[in-house]
Amino acid sequence: MKPTLADTDARQGILDRINTKHVDVPPLPDVDVDRVIQFDEPIDKFVEMLAMVGGQAHQVDSQGDVRAVLEEIEVFRTATRIVSLAPESIAGTIDATQIEDPHDLSTVDWTIARGEFMVAENGSIWIDGDTLPHRVLLFIAQYLAIVVPRSQIVSNMHQAYERIENFSARFGVFVSGPSKTADIEQSLVLGAHGCRKLQVFIVGDL
Amino acid sequence: MLPIVQHPAAAKEFVNDPNRSRWHDQALWFVRSKRDKQAASLPEWEYLRETASGIKTHTIANLSHYLQQFERNATARGAVVHWARDAEHHNEIVLRILRDHKTKRIVKSKSMLTEECGLNHYLEDNGIDVVDTDLGERIVQLRGETPSHIVLPAIHIKKEEVGDTFHKHLGTDEGASDPKYLAEAARGHLRDKFLAGEIGITGVNFAIAETGGLVVCTNEGNADLGTSLPRVHIACMGIEKLLPRQRDLGVFTRLLARSATGQPITSYTSHFNGPRDENSELHIVLVDNGRSRLRESETFRAAMHCIRCGACMNTCPVYRRSGGHSYRATVPGPIGSVLSPTRDQNSYKSLPYACSLCGSCSDVCPVKIPLHHQLLAWRGELVGKKLLPVSKRLSMRCASYLFRFPALFRLVGRVGRFALRVLPRWATHNRLNVWTIARELPEPPKESFHQWHRRHRNH
Repeated sequence: MKPTLADTDARQGILDRINTKHVDVPPLPDVDVDRVIQFDEPIDKFVEMLAMVGGQAHQVDSQGDVRAVLEEIEVFRTATRIVSLAPESIAGTIDATQIEDPHDLSTVDWTIARGEFMVAENGSIWIDGDTLPHRVLLFIAQYLAIVVPRSQIVSNMHQAYERIENFSARFGVFVSGPSKTADIEQSLVLGAHGCRKLQVFIVGDL
Repeated sequence: MLPIVQHPAAAKEFVNDPNRSRWHDQALWFVRSKRDKQAASLPEWEYLRETASGIKTHTIANLSHYLQQFERNATARGAVVHWARDAEHHNEIVLRILRDHKTKRIVKSKSMLTEECGLNHYLEDNGIDVVDTDLGERIVQLRGETPSHIVLPAIHIKKEEVGDTFHKHLGTDEGASDPKYLAEAARGHLRDKFLAGEIGITGVNFAIAETGGLVVCTNEGNADLGTSLPRVHIACMGIEKLLPRQRDLGVFTRLLARSATGQPITSYTSHFNGPRDENSELHIVLVDNGRSRLRESETFRAAMHCIRCGACMNTCPVYRRSGGHSYRATVPGPIGSVLSPTRDQNSYKSLPYACSLCGSCSDVCPVKIPLHHQLLAWRGELVGKKLLPVSKRLSMRCASYLFRFPALFRLVGRVGRFALRVLPRWATHNRLNVWTIARELPEPPKESFHQWHRRHRNH
């Protein structure tokens, strides 16, 4: 496939125009971490914020406990097409690594993904794209569960970006709750295009 | 040349429907209140705003450096970087990429830049099927309208109207207006579109110079679905979207959603570093379209800090009551009233006056754009260029004369106080005086402040 080539005239024109106007300003500021909020009980804050953004947290001692909790959810019991990226917690029914075209994942009921760490202030979880055989798995499944180690949590987004300072994957995403929309008269509806619900498993022994 | 927008006339229909105007006002005030709650939850809120403003000021000043650094790093990650001088050029670049791939079906997520460039119409005229996948944008697209708000595109539309539109286009039950039911119908409809899409187009919230990566924030997950199925992703961005370092995102991701909708963060904050894999393509279109010219202005440069959160709209008393379409511009509200005249002064000259100078926009702006100061500055420029109607110019000249001669000022004050007492109602409330259409004149005070002060100054 031959890539479309860039237009160099426009590039030079834009840069020239910018370069003709020199602007003197102070240096780039940095955030002083002592001036931003930190939580004494970050897990509690995370659980509270996750509920606020429409997700559900489950605190379990070990990976083996995940299945029992999921089995209590009707739409999981009746699900047949499950992709699990956390096989130590739960086995899937589809092996996504064997699938070439992401369109073939359009009927997936559940994706069980791995989270790297939690962010307490906004209930989000960082997912490293390298853990996903297809990134669409996070968005195309009707329901999403994320398994994340209890020990891996930061208070705020400054600490979060410090953690992923050198992440090299082609994709990464902070997921905060299920997909949602309020575009019809500001009425919040969960399950816009992506997952309808989000279950987060905070696992003690992971 | 663009048509001249007269905001009062353009707002008339909306304002004259008091139920709709009030409903719109309250819906946006609700969003504003949610924003306040989130802002108040962070003791460092003002510190974050200052830092964000400092980062943007630095970035815009050194824009040439950061653009080139971004281009280098994005290219190293396998992306193709395009430069577009204006809207038309941007549209041509996008169309060329589509033609190179012989594609006809596009799934697009929200991008105010492509709205600004009129991309949808341009592509449709060239036989390309563009589907807006953000629910609000899809609603306005099906209705043949444009977004009235940059974050909440369908905020002006009632659920019954959405129901009618969906009944017509998606076959939902007639008269159905339950948001949950309608959103479910849209989900099914758009799933098919996602699966059939050949190329995904997205906007960009932040581009990182040091990594060459892009960040896109959505609640619906539409940008992610739209780019993780097709092999080609086209990301369109204004050149002001850059941030120097990845860690600067810590500041901006904390401010954006809190300011926009009162959420602590959007559901998805997606980081794209180059194309999906070796067989995929990522095209990044960097668009100037007047931005490098805006940067030359000391007065208006800070408008380039804008991260398109919409907080200034949600708080603006004029926007809330007159609706986004009354601005006849892609970006309405206070920031739109600053940006639009930079595009065409004559056409948008009434917008800086669609403002009471209350200053609320400047107070909520997460990147501290001095919006109401800029709106006032625009008025000065427009008066200087004789772009205002004679009635306004003449009365301003009279006022200026009056303030220069204290004796005359006192005399006119006395005449005015007397006139207010004796003039019959028909002399002030008639069709020549539009100011009194919905207003009463004040009770005249018995004496001026000057007189009062003279009596009391020795006490």
